[in-house]
Amino acid sequence: MTRCLALPLAAMLILGAGDAPRSGYDDASPAVRAMQDDDAANPGFLWVAQGEALWSQPAGPAGKSCASCHGEAADSMRGVAARYPVVDPHLNRPVTLDQRIEQCRVGRQGASPLPAESDARLALAVFVGLQSRGQPMAVAADGAAQPFLQEGRRLFETRMGQFNLSCAQCHDGLAGQRLAGSTIPQGHPNGYPEYRLEWQGMGSLHRRIRNCTTGVRAEPIDADSPAFAALALYLGWRASGLRVETPAVRP
Amino acid sequence: MVRVLVNVPKRVRAGEPFEVKLLISHPMESGQRRDATGGAIPRDIIRDLECTMAGETVLHLSLFPAIAANPFLAFSAVARTGGDLVIRFTDDHGTTQTETVAIAVE
Repeated sequence: MTRCLALPLAAMLILGAGDAPRSGYDDASPAVRAMQDDDAANPGFLWVAQGEALWSQPAGPAGKSCASCHGEAADSMRGVAARYPVVDPHLNRPVTLDQRIEQCRVGRQGASPLPAESDARLALAVFVGLQSRGQPMAVAADGAAQPFLQEGRRLFETRMGQFNLSCAQCHDGLAGQRLAGSTIPQGHPNGYPEYRLEWQGMGSLHRRIRNCTTGVRAEPIDADSPAFAALALYLGWRASGLRVETPAVRP
Repeated sequence: MVRVLVNVPKRVRAGEPFEVKLLISHPMESGQRRDATGGAIPRDIIRDLECTMAGETVLHLSLFPAIAANPFLAFSAVARTGGDLVIRFTDDHGTTQTETVAIAVE
């Protein structure tokens, strides 16, 4: 009897220890996967085309474009999306890739900020993100990032809202099981900005998290707050090793 | 101007069918939805789409509501000689847009 119990227990422990992160891609239907796999069918490439045009389009009083400083995105932006968010030494807080692009646009180009979730802002982020497609996520968790990672983990594990649920309860504890008709994914940020069929459009990681927070009847986390950057940092680190899929397609 | 991606194979052989893939960024608003104040959101869909190859009609579509935003269309065409593949579509605002891709056969 003891032996019968011990065997499945041992198997569970081994599985738990060796669990590689699982991308939402693996939980998507074959039709959604096919849509993501074919660049000609992936609607995210409509934004990629816009982002590519914006990359070399001058903005701001100095008349400089992204390309004026960074040159060919295929060279200069390769691998960048895999290691963001990073801790900005001047701000002493993590910044997401989307925030970094805005910093560059407002601070260095002197151009007007792009509204959050606007086509142009998503297009630039998705164009930069695409240059890292296929590379393993490698968000640094040591050194200056350490305290923010802890803060992000704390947020991830904090119960919130009227439903009193934490991110971890579903995305760590119940991932792979069902919430109504859908499979609960592990909640990795490796494909953002992504095209969601539900949205009939492109959206950022912040938009997705806002969906979840309002879903549990909690107050959404502000996109520019340090809390969101810390949560994004933790999520990025948690997805270590998963391939960047930007622009991902999800149901 | 809406964003359009036209995808055709790099190599097209004379007389052999090839696949044309179209992605159009369009809201395809069905006309059935209401906004926050309860007012009807007017219908705005692509209602007519025509594809010609060297002046000859390959495909002529009438589209109706219940097609998702950013529609994806794929169809086959045959090129006997080289020429322009022209895609022309009109939406409910009456806006017509034309996309042209040169096809060289071998």
